[in-house]
Amino acid sequence: MAYNYDKYLRLEKMPTLWCWGCGDGVILKAVIRAIDALGWKQDDVCVVSGIGCSGRFSSYVDFNTVHTTHGRTVAYATGIKLANPDKHVICVAGDGDAMAIGGNHTIHGCRRNIDINLIMINNFIYGLTNSQTSPTTPQGMWTVSQKAGNIDPTFDSCEVAIASGASFVARETILNPKKLEKTLIKGFQHKGFAFFDIMSNCHINFGRKNKMGSAMENLAWIDSITIPKAKYDKLTPEEQLNKFPTGVLKYDENAKEYCEMYEEIKKAHQGKRGLITQDDFEKKI
Amino acid sequence: MREIISTGNDLAAIAAVDAGCKFFAGYPITPSSEIMHTISDLLPAAGGVAIQMEDEIAGIAATIGAAMSGKRAMTATSGPGMSLKAENLGLAQMAEVPIVVVDVMRGGPSTGLPTRVSQGDVRQARNPSHGDYRSITLCAGNLAECYTEVVRAFNLADRFMQPVIVLTDETLGHMHGKAIIPDLEEVKAGIKPRKRFDGDPKDYRPYGVGPDEPAVLNPMFEGYRYHFTGLHHDSKGFPTEEIETCRKLIQRLEDKVMKHTDELELNEEFMCDDLTGEEGEVLIIAYGSVSLAAKEAIRHLRADGIKAGLFRPITLWPSPAKRIKELTDKIKNVLCVELNIRQYTEEVERVSSRLDIEGLYKVNGRAISPYEIVTKVKEVF
Repeated sequence: MAYNYDKYLRLEKMPTLWCWGCGDGVILKAVIRAIDALGWKQDDVCVVSGIGCSGRFSSYVDFNTVHTTHGRTVAYATGIKLANPDKHVICVAGDGDAMAIGGNHTIHGCRRNIDINLIMINNFIYGLTNSQTSPTTPQGMWTVSQKAGNIDPTFDSCEVAIASGASFVARETILNPKKLEKTLIKGFQHKGFAFFDIMSNCHINFGRKNKMGSAMENLAWIDSITIPKAKYDKLTPEEQLNKFPTGVLKYDENAKEYCEMYEEIKKAHQGKRGLITQDDFEKKI
Repeated sequence: MREIISTGNDLAAIAAVDAGCKFFAGYPITPSSEIMHTISDLLPAAGGVAIQMEDEIAGIAATIGAAMSGKRAMTATSGPGMSLKAENLGLAQMAEVPIVVVDVMRGGPSTGLPTRVSQGDVRQARNPSHGDYRSITLCAGNLAECYTEVVRAFNLADRFMQPVIVLTDETLGHMHGKAIIPDLEEVKAGIKPRKRFDGDPKDYRPYGVGPDEPAVLNPMFEGYRYHFTGLHHDSKGFPTEEIETCRKLIQRLEDKVMKHTDELELNEEFMCDDLTGEEGEVLIIAYGSVSLAAKEAIRHLRADGIKAGLFRPITLWPSPAKRIKELTDKIKNVLCVELNIRQYTEEVERVSSRLDIEGLYKVNGRAISPYEIVTKVKEVF
């Protein structure tokens, strides 16, 4: 029997504003199945999104949801998580959101290793605003702001996350929803910052002008640039060029999580005299 | 009452903790950094969290996030930080998230005079972000008010469900002296938590309130799942472009403040009681640390036989329009003293319908002295 998503959806918000054939829906369903598999209660989950097509993700799912300003998802989520360390926080951002305008927050969220799950929906373009270059747009591709072909070098977002200190980093595509779900479950379970680069199609505003006007053509191209990590590692550097490894790329179970470290700070301040308290300032009159 | 020997910045931090603040996120910036230093000691001991974020934008974003989840939350900054926080202040206005932002003013524009005093953020505090909304801005005029105004800001934020800005300045922030402030029990007794909805989650409409009422936002994770957004939204918080819903929302943001300004207004009138409107009387309008010099100047002017008084707005925005109109209708000689160029004078001109308001403005990063005010009064009137 087909999986029933109704419990987790705000059905009155359907249909979504995503284009016909968009990959965002595949990711939305995988996220729901992963949360369901983990048995997380809807009340205990907060989904934070930014601006762009991915920004609408939060309004379609029936959790505590926040639609923030452009790029600030991880910063908002840091406040929510630190104030409620026993709850689950999932960020959904686009490639422009997480790597361009919000790049700094992504880097420092990874560095703190705070227990936030950042799902970056990577469609290689600013889709909602009509095809401007994003940090993940491959060089040479047509964009509305670089019609002769993008000259900006391409970001490998997973490399950024790994270098910044995230303890769980994975890349998947929407071509394999089952594998995507498994990877999400693994990352959601992990205590620490989990970064997911999920490659998805935008055949309308990316594919159409780059000779892959249908969802299938766009997805075939994604398939051609991704290789499972085990295979990728065996390639020569020349062969690895412009290809992206998929699967779990980093998994460090022993890295210290930020909220847990902050509990230690609380204990230190509560136990020790010598640190300032209000009594040091006050004198009754 | 209790007596504390401290600085304005430390008092602001202590006030936040006393008022039940459980979350602080900031970024180092002179001259407000001491607020972060002190609250980082106090909050963990009080079971809260203080975090230094990666930039000013993250500072306010994390603060709003914690406030969305139901906690009392604060951030502190100075002028350049306010400029960076502007966009997210707009989101907090639109989504009606109560937070407190302390702005310890320094010389501007741009990097300006980081270690020097100014009141250059007064006009900015009125509309830091784009769009229509009413900013609530309080301005501490002495050390004790660095405490009491922060406490009041938390209560007003929860009452009006929006950010409340507390302006202090470098002089007050770094001034070290005695402050007489309310007892902790009194502060705790005065805490008015935000409204909440206790009915069936199916009937919950966080933004479905009366035309001049603030949103009723329950804490997250308690069974009332709803949506926050900076987009125009309907009664449940979901994005909409429906014409009437959009109009009503923005009109409500205006009316929830402007129809209840009586709950916000707070002024001090110093030696104004015997001003009757006769020839030669002088009304000085000043706020913030400048009012300390103005009070001293008034004592000197009175010793010299000039009947002078001070009107000091403590709530700067929305301005105490009615009271300013009454006083400026009665008293001919009006002098505004500010550490900026005409930022509040223009508001006084607007509400008084007068273009003959005199001004004394200083923008070189130095505090104004009583002598300068006395000299100016004798020169222009």
